[in-house]
Amino acid sequence: MEIEDTNTMVPGAPEEPKRHSAFVDFFIRLVREKPMGTVGAVIVLLLLLTGILAEVIAPYPYQQIHMADRLAAPSGQYLLGADNMGRDLLSRVIYGARISMYIGLGASAINVIFATSIGLISGYLGGKFDLVVQRFVDALLTFPMLIILITLMALIGTGIVQVIIVLGIWGGIGWIRVVRSAVIAIKGNVYIDAAKAIGCSTGEMVRRHILPNIMPIMIIIFSVAMAGNILAEASLSFLGLGIPPPVPSWGRMLSGSGRRYMYEATWLAIWPGVALTTAVFGISMWGDAVRDLLDPRLRGGVGGMGSYGMKQAEKATRKITRRT
Amino acid sequence: MRNYVIRRLILMIPTLFVVTVVVFLLIRMMPGNVIELMVMEHSQEQAGEVNLDIAAVEAMLGLDKPWYVQYREWIGNLLQGDLGLSLWTERSVNEDIAARLPITFELGFLSFLIAQLVAFPIGIYSAIRQETLGDYLGRAFAILSLATPAFWLATMLMVFPSIWWGWSPAAVYIPLVENPGGNLIQFTIPAILLGTAMSATTMRMLRTTMLEVLRQDYVRTAWSKGLKERIVIIRHGLRNAMIPVITIISGQIPIMIGGTVIIEQIFALPGMGRLFLEAIVTRDYPYISALNLILAVVGLLLILLCDLSYAWLDPRVRYK
Repeated sequence: MEIEDTNTMVPGAPEEPKRHSAFVDFFIRLVREKPMGTVGAVIVLLLLLTGILAEVIAPYPYQQIHMADRLAAPSGQYLLGADNMGRDLLSRVIYGARISMYIGLGASAINVIFATSIGLISGYLGGKFDLVVQRFVDALLTFPMLIILITLMALIGTGIVQVIIVLGIWGGIGWIRVVRSAVIAIKGNVYIDAAKAIGCSTGEMVRRHILPNIMPIMIIIFSVAMAGNILAEASLSFLGLGIPPPVPSWGRMLSGSGRRYMYEATWLAIWPGVALTTAVFGISMWGDAVRDLLDPRLRGGVGGMGSYGMKQAEKATRKITRRT
Repeated sequence: MRNYVIRRLILMIPTLFVVTVVVFLLIRMMPGNVIELMVMEHSQEQAGEVNLDIAAVEAMLGLDKPWYVQYREWIGNLLQGDLGLSLWTERSVNEDIAARLPITFELGFLSFLIAQLVAFPIGIYSAIRQETLGDYLGRAFAILSLATPAFWLATMLMVFPSIWWGWSPAAVYIPLVENPGGNLIQFTIPAILLGTAMSATTMRMLRTTMLEVLRQDYVRTAWSKGLKERIVIIRHGLRNAMIPVITIISGQIPIMIGGTVIIEQIFALPGMGRLFLEAIVTRDYPYISALNLILAVVGLLLILLCDLSYAWLDPRVRYK
């Protein structure tokens, strides 16, 4: 959506720069203003591609055993070495990216959906309902996670889907308060009162006024939660509760064969950790950049005008936040 | 305000009741009968048949009664200050917790301190000097410490120093009273690991809220009045930015009581986190109920304190 260039009609006036759609604008601002965020975005992209193209990139299938080459050191044949069952570590790390992506995207999506549904209703309705629900959420938050996890896993079995569901719902509970406070903040606006005055039904209110305005928060939750979920899965694997073998999970590779053979085959302990750290780091950086760019409270005249407005506002605020 | 606090405290009791009952039930519903687990462990040590009267053992441990009777007994004991006896070792739960709690508290407290000492300077600096090299370095450091899985870093710390310098972390816990120096050295690495990881969350939230607050009109007024940078940032900026940060910080305090399983496991510290995990794995019901109760009480109190602090920090927040 571009604003028409009308200023050239007036001689001597500066040219109105082109304004882009919100989507393109986001990426322009990302690259221009947030170098760390861009690095993060590149890492995330690489991660996604590795996960999607795992079959193409990986030299061996992840479960292919070569017992003769047990614990082989890194070589031309096994670029990162082989594990205790002779499986190529590089391939397992590559497939691990796919698993981490599943978990990251899946669990975060459930986080957002779950937190938004409950937070939205609780925040919008307010009053006694809100009070009861919030105390309930408080109680759930003080529940020991391990017990719930073990019980749930025992009931529904272990597997990647179960882990995603468990992480999704458990993490979502934590985000309910965030969504709720955003909804309460939006409710305080005048246009909500105006909409009520002209007789907007609850459904319309939610659909047309609340939901679009909490969209940035939802995106922020998604990107911030992604890093946490991947780490959480790694921790679960460390405790033995994660995704069962032979599916390659970086967390399990680290805490299982990595720890056991850390003196004889140190590469088993190094590379999954490097992959995990890089992935979580990249996602976190990117999540931070997304939050910087999309947080409605940070807009206040600075972000709301896109990359063009940002440049102007940046010049102004730079004077405020620097020593004069 | 006082009525609000009283109301919240009273509301805590049914919440605690619900939480303890649900956990009570859940752990008894978990697959894996305690007696069977004990028999399996016992028969692994002594090869040969084990002729055990399961019913008798159950009666001895008090597990044959229906769950609500067990619960009533537990509450009765609780009100007398007795948390029960372990099903496996028959040691008093009170004793074990009293032994482990100081360790967890020391680790948690040190980590908490380190976390705030790291988070606040970096968070504030990142907000006032946004998009500068210092901002990037600080944030990269904090996020790196969060992204690096503790168990991986610990493994690296165990392997490489032993290869390069022949040093490895102490394998047995050194009590503070016996050897203060050794104890602190032993706690340094885990506290730094845990502290820096905890600091990342606080730092990011602080940075976000500070960025938002510094754009406000009252900050601009303070600048134009010619106030010193330090006053503007701390008195006007930080104080208003603290509310969500307090939420995050108070969420980290339970670590001082509940411990972290992973760090304790790796660094061989007998703390509450490991106790909890072992209790769950061995289905040691008295431990689980006791620990759960302690954590729940602490957690709910913290949430209440947190909400109260909002009223203290932000005069617009009023509780009826």
